[in-house]
Amino acid sequence: MSKTRLEQLAERLDGKMGNALTGWQIAHDQLTVEVHLDQILSVLSFLRDDAKCRFTTLVDICGVDFPGRSARFDVVYHLLSMTQNMRIRLKVAVDEDETIPSALPMFPAANWYEREAFDMYGIVFDGHPDLRRLLTDYGFTGHPLRKDFPLSGHVECRYDEEQKRVIYEPVSLPQEFRQFDNLSPWEGANYVREEEAKGEAEDG
Amino acid sequence: MAEPAETDRKFTINFGPQHPAAHGVLRLVLELDGEVVERVDPHIGLLHRGTEKLIEHKTYLQAMPYFDRLDYVAPMNQEHAFCLAVEKMLDIKVPRRAQFIRVLYSEIGRILSHLLNVTTQAMDVGALTPPLWGFEEREKLMVFYERACGSRLHAAYFRPGGVHQDLPPELIEDIGEWCKTFLPVLKDIEGLLNNNRIFKQRNCDIGVISQQDVLDLGFSGVMVRGSGLSWDIRRAEPYEVYSELEFDIPVGVHGDCYDRYLVRMEEMRQSVHIIEQCIAKMPEGPVMETGGKVAPPRRAEMKQSMEALIHHFKLYTEGFHVPEGEVYAAIEAPKGEFGVYLVADGSNKPYRCKIKAPGFAHLQAMDFMCKGHMLADVSAIIGSLDVVFGEIDR
Repeated sequence: MSKTRLEQLAERLDGKMGNALTGWQIAHDQLTVEVHLDQILSVLSFLRDDAKCRFTTLVDICGVDFPGRSARFDVVYHLLSMTQNMRIRLKVAVDEDETIPSALPMFPAANWYEREAFDMYGIVFDGHPDLRRLLTDYGFTGHPLRKDFPLSGHVECRYDEEQKRVIYEPVSLPQEFRQFDNLSPWEGANYVREEEAKGEAEDG
Repeated sequence: MAEPAETDRKFTINFGPQHPAAHGVLRLVLELDGEVVERVDPHIGLLHRGTEKLIEHKTYLQAMPYFDRLDYVAPMNQEHAFCLAVEKMLDIKVPRRAQFIRVLYSEIGRILSHLLNVTTQAMDVGALTPPLWGFEEREKLMVFYERACGSRLHAAYFRPGGVHQDLPPELIEDIGEWCKTFLPVLKDIEGLLNNNRIFKQRNCDIGVISQQDVLDLGFSGVMVRGSGLSWDIRRAEPYEVYSELEFDIPVGVHGDCYDRYLVRMEEMRQSVHIIEQCIAKMPEGPVMETGGKVAPPRRAEMKQSMEALIHHFKLYTEGFHVPEGEVYAAIEAPKGEFGVYLVADGSNKPYRCKIKAPGFAHLQAMDFMCKGHMLADVSAIIGSLDVVFGEIDR
């Protein structure tokens, strides 16, 4: 039943806002709609205000990083309609040097979600009045959830007995960081020795 | 305009991160006009451990225990959301007995969380006895956790495909016994608080949220129900066996801290009712999916069969692969909607795992809720938001 309702919703959305969408699909009983970057606010406001949608609750905004793609990030919105008992997922592709309009005027709940996406991925939300870092340390540099950010980070902090304060130092691992992919347990992980890596870099 | 007199200056104070009423590591920068709060700026992230990043570097099974460490007051509820997400992707059906066990322990988790919240919130506004009484019951529930999975907090008990091990019959009996003794304790705690003059003065008409605010601010769980909206994911999008169980959804009227307290108390009663039904209806049978996709073979089988041994080895080194796609799974956690948005790329590790924590949305409304209240109300409001920093900071 709910599947047909989702299809109806998708078709309705396609009919009303067709030129704002780049595609939609239903998988695992969930509707995903891909939206053009510059149309996201109008789609959001349609979904919120349309009498047959009433997606009044913003559940979540998050980023996803695809370093190999031309538009690097996906910004994913999850909306919930308590009256219709339906959920919808909107996806917008944003490149590193593009900005995305902030949903804050429509959904006050977007505030911290956008700050988090900025903090974690460096996605800039245009029109957000207070786009500060949220979860990372004061004075942190980099965007930790990007795929090219190392798991171990760049700096570590400790209390220094001599200076009597907390100091930051570059991460130093006593043992080389091992990335277990486990994809082939029979052969073990494919380790690249340091000298080899250097040699290759010089050759290439 | 004349310069404001020296006495008119705004006062900025720092609340936390080491404050007993901050319920963890919350730092609030409060701007006060006298004793009236004008602006609240919560600084979070002091407990940020990079859970989402770590999960991207682990196999699906290895990622699961991280969920215990989010809302450490009700660990199994978090695992539940992740397991549901993985199961949706893999299209696995969980055996009925496992579904009942999951519901049983989710409701135990709800009581754990509500007991902690209600009683410590009472402590924030000046009552010392409720936490002592409440923690005695929590201790008993922790023992049930321990008897099911060997650990009091970090359970790692719900696994994709079912639960790790079956419950012994004595444990189920003891949980049934406990249900009978818990209701009088709940009544005692209510006797301390419900008509307590101080408790009512500190909570009635404090932190009022209208139904429109609830929607705008993206609230979920008790924060929604306290304002009179009857929304519960267990009823609206039933997962596991909730659709077969009888329970009521209590709602508040005024949307203030006191109503949210009352909703939590009633939800604990409903949880006890659900636990009793689970015990009565729990069928015999396997507790893990038997299709061989995600569950390891039985140990006895591994002693005999080479294939079983290989299968076991592969599952615990390489892990299972999840087909490409994305899914969002939400459960009604004690604090609200706890969701997991999972993006899989077909490998044995999640490509992206976004954790939607209920407390995150609630805490960001602190500024809205506290504006115009007195300084002393801030701690009452934090208490009634039911925040736990494990899930907010991730």
